[in-house]
Amino acid sequence: MNKNHRVPSNRSLSAVEVKSKFGAEFRRFSLDRSKPGRFDEFYGLLQHVHRIPNVELLVGYADVHGDLLPINNDDNYHKAISTASPLLRLFLQRKEEADHLAFGTDSLTRKKNTVLSAVLLRPDPNRKKPPVIISLPKDFRPVSSIIDVDILPETHRRVRLYKHGQEKPLGFYIRDGSSVRVTPQGLEKVPGIFISRMVPGGLAESTGLLAVNDEVLEVNGIEVAGKSLDQVTDMMIANSHNLIITVKPANQRNNIVRSGGGGGGAASGSSGRSSDSGASYYGYSSPGGIGAAASTPSHIIQNFHPEELESDEDDEDLVIEAGGEAELIPCAPSASYSMPSLPRYEPHLNLRTAAAAASSGSLAMERRSLEEDGTVITL
Amino acid sequence: MKCIKHIIGLIYDKGLYSIFIYFEVGLWTSACPAVQRGDTTTGGVCRWSHTDITVCSGGKEDAFKGKVDREIYLNLFFYIANVPFSLVYFCLFQTVEHGFPHQPSALAFDPKLQLMAIGTKSGAIKIYGAPGVEFTGLHKDTTAVTQMHFLPGQGRLLSLLDDNTIHLWELVAGPPREVGGVKREGMVCLQEVCSYSLPGRPGIESCSATRVTVLLLLRSCELLCVGTEGGGVYFLDLPRLSLKDGQTLLQDQVTQSLPEDYRCGKSLGPVESLQEHPQQPGKILIGYSRGLVVLWDLSTRHANHLFLGKQQLESLVWERSGNSFVSSHSDGGYSVWAVASGNPYTHQPVSSSIPYGPFPCKAINKILWRTAQSGSPVLLYSGGMPRASYGDRHCLTIQQDKEHVTLDFTSRVIDFFTTSVLSLLLVEFDDPSALVVLLEEELVVIDLQTPGWPSLPTPYLAPLHSSAITCSCHVSNVPPKLWERLVNAGKAQQGHWPICGGKNMAPLPKQQELLLTGHEDGTVRFWDASGVALTPIYKLSTASVFHTDCDPSDDPQDPSNDPDAQQEEEWPPFRKVGCFDPYSDDPRLGIQKISLCKYSNKLVVAGTAGQVIVLGLSDERSDHLVDVSVVDLLQDREGFTWKGHDRLEPRLKPAPFPPGFQPLVLVQCLPPASVTAVTLHAEWNLIAFGTSHGFGLFDYHRRNAVLARCTLHPNDSLAMEGPLSRVKSLKKSLRQSFRRIRKSRVSGKKRAISTPTSKEANAALAEQEEVAPVQRRIEPRSADDSLSGVVRCLCFADTFLRDGTHHGPTLWAGTNSGSVYAYALEVPGVGLGRVCERSGAGEGSACAEAVLGKEIQLMHRAPVVSICVLDGRGKPLPDPYEASRDLATAPDMTNAHSVLIASEEQLKVFSLPKVSAKTKFKLTAHEGCRVRKVAMVVFSSTAQEDYSEHTLVCLTNLGDMHLFSIPGLRPQVRYDCIRKEDISGIASCVFTKNGQGFYLISPSEYERFSLSAKVLTEPLCSIHLDRPDGPAAQPQANGTHKNQTSQAEGGSGYTHAHTHTHTHTHAHVCFVIFLIFFLPPRLSFLSSPLLFFSSCYFS
Repeated sequence: MNKNHRVPSNRSLSAVEVKSKFGAEFRRFSLDRSKPGRFDEFYGLLQHVHRIPNVELLVGYADVHGDLLPINNDDNYHKAISTASPLLRLFLQRKEEADHLAFGTDSLTRKKNTVLSAVLLRPDPNRKKPPVIISLPKDFRPVSSIIDVDILPETHRRVRLYKHGQEKPLGFYIRDGSSVRVTPQGLEKVPGIFISRMVPGGLAESTGLLAVNDEVLEVNGIEVAGKSLDQVTDMMIANSHNLIITVKPANQRNNIVRSGGGGGGAASGSSGRSSDSGASYYGYSSPGGIGAAASTPSHIIQNFHPEELESDEDDEDLVIEAGGEAELIPCAPSASYSMPSLPRYEPHLNLRTAAAAASSGSLAMERRSLEEDGTVITL
Repeated sequence: MKCIKHIIGLIYDKGLYSIFIYFEVGLWTSACPAVQRGDTTTGGVCRWSHTDITVCSGGKEDAFKGKVDREIYLNLFFYIANVPFSLVYFCLFQTVEHGFPHQPSALAFDPKLQLMAIGTKSGAIKIYGAPGVEFTGLHKDTTAVTQMHFLPGQGRLLSLLDDNTIHLWELVAGPPREVGGVKREGMVCLQEVCSYSLPGRPGIESCSATRVTVLLLLRSCELLCVGTEGGGVYFLDLPRLSLKDGQTLLQDQVTQSLPEDYRCGKSLGPVESLQEHPQQPGKILIGYSRGLVVLWDLSTRHANHLFLGKQQLESLVWERSGNSFVSSHSDGGYSVWAVASGNPYTHQPVSSSIPYGPFPCKAINKILWRTAQSGSPVLLYSGGMPRASYGDRHCLTIQQDKEHVTLDFTSRVIDFFTTSVLSLLLVEFDDPSALVVLLEEELVVIDLQTPGWPSLPTPYLAPLHSSAITCSCHVSNVPPKLWERLVNAGKAQQGHWPICGGKNMAPLPKQQELLLTGHEDGTVRFWDASGVALTPIYKLSTASVFHTDCDPSDDPQDPSNDPDAQQEEEWPPFRKVGCFDPYSDDPRLGIQKISLCKYSNKLVVAGTAGQVIVLGLSDERSDHLVDVSVVDLLQDREGFTWKGHDRLEPRLKPAPFPPGFQPLVLVQCLPPASVTAVTLHAEWNLIAFGTSHGFGLFDYHRRNAVLARCTLHPNDSLAMEGPLSRVKSLKKSLRQSFRRIRKSRVSGKKRAISTPTSKEANAALAEQEEVAPVQRRIEPRSADDSLSGVVRCLCFADTFLRDGTHHGPTLWAGTNSGSVYAYALEVPGVGLGRVCERSGAGEGSACAEAVLGKEIQLMHRAPVVSICVLDGRGKPLPDPYEASRDLATAPDMTNAHSVLIASEEQLKVFSLPKVSAKTKFKLTAHEGCRVRKVAMVVFSSTAQEDYSEHTLVCLTNLGDMHLFSIPGLRPQVRYDCIRKEDISGIASCVFTKNGQGFYLISPSEYERFSLSAKVLTEPLCSIHLDRPDGPAAQPQANGTHKNQTSQAEGGSGYTHAHTHTHTHTHAHVCFVIFLIFFLPPRLSFLSSPLLFFSSCYFS
């Protein structure tokens, strides 16, 4: 029921006119705005209309601000369809020769596409500047991100800290306090949990997303209201490998400004921004800031998907077989995420060191080390 | 067509299951009562009228009909099948308190009903009769109960509180209530009927004048005389507790009739004693503090006789005939006064003596004079000790003729009474049969009929804390053979228990249960925990294995061994009585862990100084030398020096061991740190033990160490410093947490902190500390946290460790830093996957071996609390011998096993032999609480006799119980159980295998609770009451009353305000579990599905 129709001449509001460019070739077709279908269907359609069935493609489009943004999943595909007005300009590249650096803010303006500039009335102050080289987000190891901008009130901020496999301390302290809430009965003072201190050089401080006196509202999706300081501490420590805290920042000036149209660049500061009020694709529009580094390209973080939390790498316990090979325990069968580095596991004991060393092969060595370890152990 | 989007949840209430389903159109359609409870374990027959969904059990496809398409149905079916359907009712009842009430403050006895009442400083009243007969009541205010008086035979009790209020309690048959689906008729409970407090006297400024000092209940039970501090005596109508206005006897009235020289302008002081004339009702003896005693006639309102005592009065007691009475005084003396008619004034007593004189003595607080048919009267009094030499002793003297015994107690005497075999009213003599003494820490009963006045063992109210409890262990379903041998070893002398009121109606326990408590003095006590009364069975002392400084061996109970001391203390003739002894000779003797194999009668006891003792049961006395073995857990790790205590010196000479558990082997860990985990597998003859440094495996049959493994992290310096520094840090952290608690209270009230003290510098410092907000550092647990090497749990299992085809003995150990070590064991006679015939000849040569199989490092590094291997059906493996002796269903060895590892933060099930995560529940991440105790519990269905489910019970640091299904780890229900501030209560909690548990509510009391509606241990008793009509009945016109004999049946005395629970969860358990529900891809339309992943509980 969700087929994409080719209706070339239909210019009604319900249709999106698509102009797709691959190399030097253009194709034009239209899509039903209300039923865009799925990304893989769309991808197949593109391969079909360009008659390049077996070519791996990198799909990009020009958004309202003139930025070249990728289309690689359902969410950003839907976003592209819904924001196209009326023309959706697509740029296809072969994946193997793809210019990853092309995406990002002002990326299109480099191409001196006058039409685009004219259509979008986008001022182009950086035209003369040399292009800034920006890696694709997947080249980065995420450190922190602001997530769920679309569903949270503007005064709140949901921050994800990726402690995973890092040497840096998480680095913050929390305390009890009280905050004022607006209730039907008027203002009411309620107890709350606040960030009390940042450790200099810690992860929390380095992200700039958390600050002293920010009120902690949720920890990994669970409200802290009614919980004691110790409970919240335990919750945070239990989630410390992938900590998501929702705070009400003490300083509300750096909040994310949600503007409908051209004001996307108005927000400034390190807090990251979302340039539109649609789906939460916070990553791509950011000028190489924290947000861009944070997102995983293949997966837009929408809400807290439990499977995401659950299948996270944070729980991959380490199993050392007697044979010596250490292996991670995958939590979900499909461990698609390639970890940047194995979590640092410091062997406690000589035996473990030996076991790790022996992982390359020699069983004999392993045996000897075991025998040395204790007289009672006999292999 | 309606499409089901998600099954949001399932509600289980009163045996009905309801499903919430979220429709595509966005409707919450809720609460369908048509979903019926059926055989839900196999899927369940569920009907839902709204959309004609019928889901049938067992995958019967034809049963599906309706307007929903097949796919959705299958999903629905799937989730219903996986939802925690349970035939098992969970509940939480705090059923009974075992042990001795904390801080008792009052004692009363009803000679007609043979009931004893004990009041406590926290306002609790406990009534005890025959073993198993118990009632509990709690005053609304937590004020100390200072006096209690039974209305004999009526099942009524008067209590006087420290706040000067008088309360009347009644044993009342309550309305029938439902307990886990089982209706209980007419439960008798102790209820407060009415209360009264004397009004302040008009014109007198301080209310202390009307402060009640003594109560006297007349034998007719219709009048209560109340003596006050101001010297007045008030009269209250009973049972209404209303003041008889015109009758109050003020001191002035008495003073007027006094001779002038006695009066001398001083007040008579408070009323110290009120006693009714034993023969002439309506005459009472009033004793004033200054020494005056008045025989007052209530009917004529006139003083019959005045006894002009000069010595400050403490108590009075009538002689049975009414011809004389005895007064006790503050100088340690007592006087006998004759009540002659004729002369209204008596100036001198007939006789007077100071038994422990001539040097100044302490007061005799209470005196009893009991006549005996056999000869001279028995005189019993407390106190009166020579002030200088024995002023600090807690003594009670029994005197009859030449016989004189000074009972020397270890704690303060609160009150005492005597019991008689026959009813008081019928015979000429008192003939006391037993003396019951309530002490601050124990109850002592002395048999007065047996020559020598020996003490009787108490069948309940045992002082659990006679030495501080350091650990406890529960053994359910004890084989009768072991039970019998234990009882024999304990030689529990069967004295006649004098308090036998009421009738225990509880059915005989289906199985015998043992509770083992380890104590600081190195003893292990065995208690019969099968019923309501926790009865001591047997006491084992491990101190005799060691050579300690203080004891030159010997039985402390045998006084003949101490002739010197006896001669020295010829007068007073002291006799040590009672077993409360809080002073430990050597803290290293303290018991830390206990493990008992009930089939092979092997016991392992591990203590504070790294000692692990294996004991076997023997019916004969034996003198033998215990084999000693030392296991070095450091394994030559360098750079560590142990700064803690030394190991205990084993005794070098053979020691005599009484019948019972006798030590076979002593294993001593080095360094001698406290043993933190111990486990026993008697079938394999192996014990495993762990300390803060590592763990060891020992073959006690062949007396050789099989394995020693160090778990220390190189950076962990704290572990080596021994317990002293740890205590310090514990103290510090305790202080901090107390400060935190205080702080949070203070901040709530917004009270300014003002510390005007002299030491200004200190105050300033303290204030600075106060002002700094309590902060918590948020940092993941790291590998080099202190004490990371502490071994928290050990377990033996016959499972698949190396490959999926061969199973064999394994040992699992979990540490404080989230490491789990799994060893494959080679046990002679127990082969891989086959059990060889165990012949005695071939065994000798072979040795057990251990090979490291797996090491698991939990990424979150939280301490491993428990490890349990589950069989192919997801059930915990049976205990040793259970499978081989066909005592339990054999474990499923055909399907893959799994291991459940419970850490402080998560519960996780891994498949075996390839350790990969199957299911988990992140408790801390969701609830913010940490797991403290974990137990596998079998819950039986109340509906089906033979149906039971295994459930995981978790006790958290917040004192709540979480129940999880096995192996799905689905949360079933949650209860608040222990106050979260009650750290020792949480630490002491022990679970039974059938869903009950115990925790310490005070140093001397275990609270017993039940999570299973099927298995409840509650008082269930009947009492014959002889009570005039109705409570606080209307005044009877003709002055006579009709006696009605009512029989109250039932049991359990629980008032609802109980200090140790937050909420009482009642029989209806209702909970909702939100499910994660994914739709087939084609059905997920535009919006991404809302996903619920939190679990909520309603109760």
